[in-house]
Amino acid sequence: MTIIKTKLNRRSFLKASALAGGGMILSFSWLTGCKPTAEQEALGLPDEWFELNSYIKIGDNGRVTLFSPNPEFGSNVKTSMPMILADELDVDWSNVIVEQADFYPERYERQFTGGSQGIRQGWNPLRAAGAAARYLLVAAAAQTWEVSADEIKTSKGIIEHKGSGKKAHYGEMASMAATIEVPVEVKLKDIKDFNIIGTSKKNVDIEKIITGKPMFAMDYKQEGTLVSAIVHPPAFGMQLKTFDGESIKSMSGIKDVFSFHVHSDGYVQNAFDTTTHQEMVAIVGNSTWEVLQAKKALQVEWEKAPDKEITVSGWGGNQSKVKIPSGLENTDGHLARMEEYSKKPANVLRKDGNPEEAFQKAAKVLEKTYTAPYLAHNCMEPVNCYAHVTADKAEIYGPTQAPEFIINTLSERLGLPKDKIQINLARMGGGFGQRAYSHHMVEAAVISQKVGAPVKMMYTREDDMTYGIYRPTYTATYRAAIDENGKLTAIHVKAGGIPETPIAPNRFPAGAVENYLAEGWDIPSNITIGAFRAPRSNFIASAEQSFLDELAEELGKDPIDFRLELLDRATKNPVGTNNDYDPERYAGVLKLVREKANWDSPKEGVHRGVSAYFCHNSYVAEVLDLRLEGNKPVVENVVAAVDCGIVINPDAASNMGEGAIVDGIGNAFFGELPFKDGVPQKNNFNDYKMIRMSEAPKKIEVHFVKNEHAPTGLGEPLFPPVFAAVSNALYQATGKRFYTQPFGKELDNVMLRM
Amino acid sequence: MATFNLNINGKTQSVDIDPATPILWVLRDHLDLVGTKYGCGIAQCGACTIIMDGNAVRSCSIPVSAAEGTKITTIEGLSEKVDHPVQKAWMEHDVPQCGYCQAGQIMSAVALLENNPNPTDEDIDNAMNGNICRCGTYVRIKKAIKTAANS
Repeated sequence: MTIIKTKLNRRSFLKASALAGGGMILSFSWLTGCKPTAEQEALGLPDEWFELNSYIKIGDNGRVTLFSPNPEFGSNVKTSMPMILADELDVDWSNVIVEQADFYPERYERQFTGGSQGIRQGWNPLRAAGAAARYLLVAAAAQTWEVSADEIKTSKGIIEHKGSGKKAHYGEMASMAATIEVPVEVKLKDIKDFNIIGTSKKNVDIEKIITGKPMFAMDYKQEGTLVSAIVHPPAFGMQLKTFDGESIKSMSGIKDVFSFHVHSDGYVQNAFDTTTHQEMVAIVGNSTWEVLQAKKALQVEWEKAPDKEITVSGWGGNQSKVKIPSGLENTDGHLARMEEYSKKPANVLRKDGNPEEAFQKAAKVLEKTYTAPYLAHNCMEPVNCYAHVTADKAEIYGPTQAPEFIINTLSERLGLPKDKIQINLARMGGGFGQRAYSHHMVEAAVISQKVGAPVKMMYTREDDMTYGIYRPTYTATYRAAIDENGKLTAIHVKAGGIPETPIAPNRFPAGAVENYLAEGWDIPSNITIGAFRAPRSNFIASAEQSFLDELAEELGKDPIDFRLELLDRATKNPVGTNNDYDPERYAGVLKLVREKANWDSPKEGVHRGVSAYFCHNSYVAEVLDLRLEGNKPVVENVVAAVDCGIVINPDAASNMGEGAIVDGIGNAFFGELPFKDGVPQKNNFNDYKMIRMSEAPKKIEVHFVKNEHAPTGLGEPLFPPVFAAVSNALYQATGKRFYTQPFGKELDNVMLRM
Repeated sequence: MATFNLNINGKTQSVDIDPATPILWVLRDHLDLVGTKYGCGIAQCGACTIIMDGNAVRSCSIPVSAAEGTKITTIEGLSEKVDHPVQKAWMEHDVPQCGYCQAGQIMSAVALLENNPNPTDEDIDNAMNGNICRCGTYVRIKKAIKTAANS
């Protein structure tokens, strides 16, 4: 049995309760329509709710409302986080109503969806909140019945004392429970006693999604809401010179046209304040179509932007100056500069043994270079936000993964104290890291403040694809030293990108190779970048795992056996002490994928690639089966093995994994955003190719390692290994190695076409 | 500006509007039917798919002037009790992740099955290739379409 500190001490509980009693609006009105689906028609709505803590309200009839704290962008935390609460609370899932919590840092610990950390970091707080509420209900029953709490059992929302024959549902004890002191510590369930965690529950919003209910910020408006579009510079390295607002003000439905700055001069940015274009033009009007027509007609002149220096406040408050170079950049120039940097000595990030000597003495050196382009996130819901700013308060409703990173920015820019700004959390039409950067909330708020009305600001797809915050472009060179006995003696990786290196120096194969050197470099740019599903890992995994495949072949070894040998070394006799992974769990997923994919029994006409990676605290191995239909590669099947500890909602977890695999295949074959004179060369789905159904795998299997480790990340870890599974399978199919993403462009060279 | 009488989900509604306005914005801005989504504005992503006279069409690229006299169904008009076979199959397979593209996916699937009750894998690929799902739920979408076809 585990005992856990609740952290829901009396003080924070009182604070939360006081807030709740202060007429706070917990959510938008449509959320009260959050009813159970037909098959789980259970209790009706209660006459009165009692709040036991920030996450849990119990109705007088036994109905339960659970608040899901984190923003929902499709990873299904809105179902899985309440499942954790419900299991410890010990209620019947069919009596649970789930509501999206809005942004209340006083009530919730970490309302950030990103870095695959939602479930990992929510695990203990959610268990504690569920268990603490159960404790209060049991304590209320013990007092009412004058029996010992230790003799009371709960099951599915029913409290029972066998000795006295007393029985009650949670609703009957809720009003008293709400008055009892919150315990400092509570007992948690044993893992074997979970009856909700580990069972598949349907997405709590499925019914609203399939009936087209308004759920996204894009769908939201209040009486008198105006629509706003923006016009941002057409190129990185350009800024606004002048615009002719007057000529469009007379157009039908247009209310106002003006330019505005996103941040005030000298504003110290935080790491998630990344904003490409500091000044843009807003067009405000009555309806979307009218505003879009005026946007098209607006005449704007742009000019080259000078070198800039901004101050960025990092973790822990350390401030640093960041230079943003001027200039209009080109993909050709990027590639040339990256090649040049690849050949120069770089920053040593890790060194074990004597790699220089090993390479000197090597009988053979295998050296390969891998490159990948910028990628656009392309969330299906373009950037948008609703804002209503008045003289003394602001209400913001929009897509954000990280409200806590934008609240200070809003406060500073609007000149309003934080407690006068309410950020309500919309379901997001995708996030993938991009919605951790929430400058759009500031933009909508500034526009609303200027026009003195509620405003819904919307980017067009073209605005969205060209405003920045991309996955960076990268290059990595891997070298391996092989001695005269055909034995691997050293690995050297040198990798960089614009503007960051993708290397995580203490990850595998560090720790598994006697002589190891990792070097990184970076090149500054005015093209803004940001987190993109498994940042850095999504590239370095592709390079590393392609290289290991080629190295295994060079050494005459099966690619899974070769990786297992390296991991065996890292387990039994690790090199260095600062290794960021558990080699046994890493080996575990490779063994599981070998079994589930029948790796040792290859099928006629099927070309297979294997790849594995550890990131975001989880281990993944994937085998991709590819067939050639004429000159078309067809991904027939992908088998994934995942170790992310306890799986909360297995079917939803599989769905997440399937999506990451499809996303990886799409980006491996097609993903690319080139630049010319600072202008992104693709701005909509007619030229930015996204994977579609006909290119998706025919089948995907996601297998989870069964263990009792606390749960870890799942949204990202299945994505990085896909790229090398694709390139390694393509090699098996064609006899040609693929080093440059997107691979689709290189298929022509081997007479293939997707 | 001109007045258009539109037959949407079995109901006739009247709007006074610029004839060039795409049906998408008429639905979303003027009739409060926001289930139909904006994704690209150029008929490339399928988020705005509606059914017009039995065919799946991209509402972002058809002006309201072309809609008069047609019969339009949007996601909101698919069923009263969330019991259209395609909706039921979507629930069974718990298809959506973020959910933004799903109304468009469902409308394309409904039109496919109305015209071709027993589609092959290739038929499904062809009918659904105009709908992007950025979350990558294609494998489940295909399974759900097969389930709906068999029900």
